[in-house]
Amino acid sequence: MTIHPKPIEGRAWRLGDNVDTGQLALAEYSAQGVAVYARHCLEHLRPEFAAEVRPGDLVVAGENFGSGSSRETAVLALKHLGVAAVVAASFARLFFRNAINLGLPVVECKEVARIADGDRVVVDPWRGQVDNLTRQESYPASALPEHLRELLEAGGLVPWLERRMRDSR
Amino acid sequence: MSRPMTLAEKILARAAGRPAAAAGEILWAEPDVAMMDDPLGPNLIQEGLERLGGRLRHPERVVVISDHCAPPANVAHANLLKVTRQWAKRYQIARFHEFEGICHQLMVEEGYVRPGQLVVGTDSHTVMGGALGAFATGIGSTEMLGVLVTGQMWFRVPTTVRVRWEGRLPFGVMAKDLILHLLGQVGPAGLNYQAVEFCGSAVDALPMDERFCLTNMVVEGGAKAGLIPPDQVTREWLQAVLDPEAYAALEWLEPDPDAAYARELVESVDALTPQVATPGNPANAVPVAAVEGVKVDQAYLGGCAGGRLSDLAAAASLLGGRRVAEEVRLIVCPASRRVWQQAMASGVLQTLYEAGAIVTAPGCGACGGGHSGILGDGEVAVSSTNRNFPGRMGSGSASIYLASALTVAAAALTGRLTDPRDILEA
Repeated sequence: MTIHPKPIEGRAWRLGDNVDTGQLALAEYSAQGVAVYARHCLEHLRPEFAAEVRPGDLVVAGENFGSGSSRETAVLALKHLGVAAVVAASFARLFFRNAINLGLPVVECKEVARIADGDRVVVDPWRGQVDNLTRQESYPASALPEHLRELLEAGGLVPWLERRMRDSR
Repeated sequence: MSRPMTLAEKILARAAGRPAAAAGEILWAEPDVAMMDDPLGPNLIQEGLERLGGRLRHPERVVVISDHCAPPANVAHANLLKVTRQWAKRYQIARFHEFEGICHQLMVEEGYVRPGQLVVGTDSHTVMGGALGAFATGIGSTEMLGVLVTGQMWFRVPTTVRVRWEGRLPFGVMAKDLILHLLGQVGPAGLNYQAVEFCGSAVDALPMDERFCLTNMVVEGGAKAGLIPPDQVTREWLQAVLDPEAYAALEWLEPDPDAAYARELVESVDALTPQVATPGNPANAVPVAAVEGVKVDQAYLGGCAGGRLSDLAAAASLLGGRRVAEEVRLIVCPASRRVWQQAMASGVLQTLYEAGAIVTAPGCGACGGGHSGILGDGEVAVSSTNRNFPGRMGSGSASIYLASALTVAAAALTGRLTDPRDILEA
């Protein structure tokens, strides 16, 4: 399935700096499947998150989001809860790559401090823009490079490779 | 002649089959080694692998090591090990290990990481292998799937930060203190997307065991790789690990003398003091003096950044003839079976035993919150491992102070965070 490159609108969940993958996918729930990780996602930082987040919501975080381990379950837990995109002032490289590879849009935006918890936000990872509908403001964001846009549009690395293999036959 | 290159640029150029590479370029490179562990390996990639044809492009480049859940603490762990074992058998992976220790330690002990190579692994501390002059980096499981199927992966060639440490580490100060100090200087994202090249007389003087601790923890600053250009210490170490034929075939890449660095940090280590990372992040480094007296429930000596022979021996040197405080448990988790055996043969384990330590099976142990030393609610630990995020070793309300093996041993002895030099000099 191809994700059409259109902007993503949702409600913001505001998080701080240096949210590590161990907060998104807690080690104590390892080897029990993504649904269990999802149920406990961010429970040390935002205990209400997993219960109250709705499909289509957005995570808006500060610097170095997704630091720490290489675990993709950090991305999968967010996807499982229906988080539609993550906006952060900066990402840790492993989380950034994992998100693209799993088809979760990620956008770097230096002005996340202008976004408050609960704001309605529109994210355009293709054009590189974040609009805050609640405050009626627009912020510049980094547009994804061509090859990453292609991966994201395909829905992640596996569908992208599938397509490439099909095309080369 | 091409533009001078850093070691990271040289290795990525070689792995991409190009004469040169420059920071910022995006290229497709072929990893020489692809390592998977138990939680993030076969169990997560198998479904995708089937979708993509079910065949490995280069099975001979694959390494599979079960370490996080070995020995298993519960049925879920045991099943994970089972799936991993069966996968390795099905795909005839010759380089498969379980119950032998931490993947990163085995990767270097077994000679799987070699100078000049591009190494990827499904664990963020894969960066440790860079101490042997390789470009080693952690990747996610789906990324690994791509590498297994295509043999390739895209890289943005990173800029390099050069860290030059001159002088001599003072008595009682270890590589762990150096890297915590660096992380404190740059912050938790201060090295994001970058490679770090270590050099200088203080680095030259470190044995491989200690060098591994430096490169292991660069990822705590966000770095993509940490590299130490090979020297005599590297050569001697590899000579002991590899058979003569493999040793003779090594490709010794070095940074060009006038390569371009994004930043250079130069410092004398002569006055460095033992460091501690306060709970929450490895970059929360302060001199141990700033937190002296904090009571600890558990002292943990283990992991791929603090469970090698040099760490165990350092702790034994401090604890010899002494006894750990009554209210503290000292848990020792050797990084590998080989470390365990060497510590036993050299009397280090005996000394630790006599001091009151509990020695557990080699592996990741409690470091990732797996087993064998998990912390309860509100407990305080001092640990020679590499991460202290909330909940990292168990309860989310537990506090973890990261420190060198010597500082861990000193805290075990007194029951409180203590400058190890006070005991060593006494």
